[in-house]
Amino acid sequence: MTASYHIESHCRITEGRISKDGKSLFESAETEFSAFIKSAYKALEINYSKFFKMDSLSKLALVAAEMLLLDEHEKNMALVFSNKAGSLDTDRKHQHSIQDPDGYYPSPAVFVYTLPNICMGEISIRHGLFSENSFFICNRFRADDLFDYTNSLLGMQKAEKVLCGWIDFDLGKYDAFLYVVAKNGTFIHSKESINHLYQTQ
Amino acid sequence: MSEVYLSHNTIVSNYGFDSLAAVTNIMQEQSSLQLIEDPSILSKPVCTSRVNTEQLQEAVALLDPREPYTRLEQLLIVSLAKTIQASGLSLNERVGLLISTTKGNIDVLDAKSPFPKERAYLHTLGEKVKTFFGFHHEAMVLSNACVSGVLAIAVAKRFIHQGKYDHVFVVAGDLVTKFILSGFNAFQALSDAPCKPYDKNRVGINIGEVGTSVLVTKDSHALAKESVVLLGEASCNDANHISGPSRTGEGLFRSIGSAMKQAGVSAVDIDCISAHGTATVFNDEMESIAFNRAHLQDAPINSLKGYIGHTLGASGLVETIVGMHSLHQNTLFCSKGFEALGVSQPLNVIHKTTQKPLNTFLKTASGFGGCNTAAIFKKVTSQ
Amino acid sequence: MTDLKLELKEKIIEQLNLEDVSVAEIGDKDPLFGEGLGLDSIDALELIVMLDKDYGIKLADPKEGKQIFESVETMAAYITSKKTE
Repeated sequence: MTASYHIESHCRITEGRISKDGKSLFESAETEFSAFIKSAYKALEINYSKFFKMDSLSKLALVAAEMLLLDEHEKNMALVFSNKAGSLDTDRKHQHSIQDPDGYYPSPAVFVYTLPNICMGEISIRHGLFSENSFFICNRFRADDLFDYTNSLLGMQKAEKVLCGWIDFDLGKYDAFLYVVAKNGTFIHSKESINHLYQTQ
Repeated sequence: MSEVYLSHNTIVSNYGFDSLAAVTNIMQEQSSLQLIEDPSILSKPVCTSRVNTEQLQEAVALLDPREPYTRLEQLLIVSLAKTIQASGLSLNERVGLLISTTKGNIDVLDAKSPFPKERAYLHTLGEKVKTFFGFHHEAMVLSNACVSGVLAIAVAKRFIHQGKYDHVFVVAGDLVTKFILSGFNAFQALSDAPCKPYDKNRVGINIGEVGTSVLVTKDSHALAKESVVLLGEASCNDANHISGPSRTGEGLFRSIGSAMKQAGVSAVDIDCISAHGTATVFNDEMESIAFNRAHLQDAPINSLKGYIGHTLGASGLVETIVGMHSLHQNTLFCSKGFEALGVSQPLNVIHKTTQKPLNTFLKTASGFGGCNTAAIFKKVTSQ
Repeated sequence: MTDLKLELKEKIIEQLNLEDVSVAEIGDKDPLFGEGLGLDSIDALELIVMLDKDYGIKLADPKEGKQIFESVETMAAYITSKKTE
């Protein structure tokens, strides 16, 4: 018999809105992601200068994680993220810098972000999490894989809590849905409730 | 919990198109690295290991493809076809597919590529491989920098333990591309000579290319003779820097400790270590600190980068497979390129290929984003 | 030289995305790494690209960077010496 876990809290960032546990924390009419996330960063008083060095995917992930981990004391927390576009937005930037032999100036600061798991590294650094990181790529949000993998990590005691979900940035569109799975919480950790939260928040 | 095995396996590399080709050459201390001049990938000569294109296309043609496949898809398909065939498994609902890659079909972003740019989406790579073989489930794709290959083995085991699958085929690959070489070159990390992991005269990284696959299964019947049990595995972040390895080896040290705890073994039980050993100063130094903190300084250790280079998302898997064969052959494989210790902490680097009874090995990997993974494997003796 | 230093400060802020730093806050002799501006290893590599891209100077040995990138003043002096070579 597997122990049952709970969803402790969740955060959604999409279409100019940031919400936590269903409550709106920030809204903006900015249509451009960079302006939107910068105004959110300021309004939510995040104060982390490394933020400005990050690519869009990491900025999105960092702000979403910030909403959930601000008052979190548990450091034994694994990260299990997924998305559709991987790091393609930054991949295209790097490709652009090497396409033309005359303008061939690859940037190390861009290249380092051409891996989707970098955003988990940024969150680990920010919150001091020395724990499991796994990044999956799928064509759509797949609650069942996240559910199984999270249960596995908690069941093997590889982590006390798991921060998991979906962090996607592609062609200017952004969608972040992160949730914390723990022993106790508001919702039962099930495929149904993960899907329900993703579809309704 | 039931045991999970790594069984049938295939390495498609510059050495040839099966694991035996790679293992035989490695046993004879033969490197597959070559200095090449190819301005389409880098404006200066680069030392690398690439799969022979003509032979690869011939191997694909034999599989009767119904559409054109990218180079990486070809590598994965050719490798996986052999592993599936050797396993004798039918691809039903109990069989999963997991793909490990850092950059997938990244070469299609180049203006000269004949393939549509959409092919760069990693899930598309998964769909192509899934459809070619007719897997029942959608492919899972893991993209976790340079630990992907060994982490994928852990992921496969974890899904098996959750009851999702009985068997998972893990296939890993990354290409030597202009995209990758330009980036590592901007990091001042590339070497135009064969790399020398842990050596005091080390010269930097070589990037290599393989397509490699393994069957991860809970079924102890019909295992390959070189099969191993995965005793324990863990992955811990350094929480330090996104590209610079930790000065204290924190994440790797914690990964090894957690994997050992799960495996129920201690440092004296580890017969040898197949380490990451990229041959950069900071990586090698970090590893030496972590291995010493874990009391593993006396365990014979190698890096296989001097044979096939750093194969990125495939490195952890191809090196695990070579490790399986090392146990089976009771042979410690020489750490190619090593002459004199060039890290601050003692390590027992294997300087000559040696026969020795072996039962258990530790595989480690570390990567950008501060990720580290350790896995401990034991020879299957009851065959 | 003064113009070059100002230009370098602007470029450093822009290229290294130092959003919360202004030109006036960077002293000519302030250390760029460690205690000073707190730049890291990726920033150092980025400065090597900047020398190449904006000033046509290729560092033969990246280890040279440590001295050249000590401060805005040392950077400006290096660029000036290379231009008059």
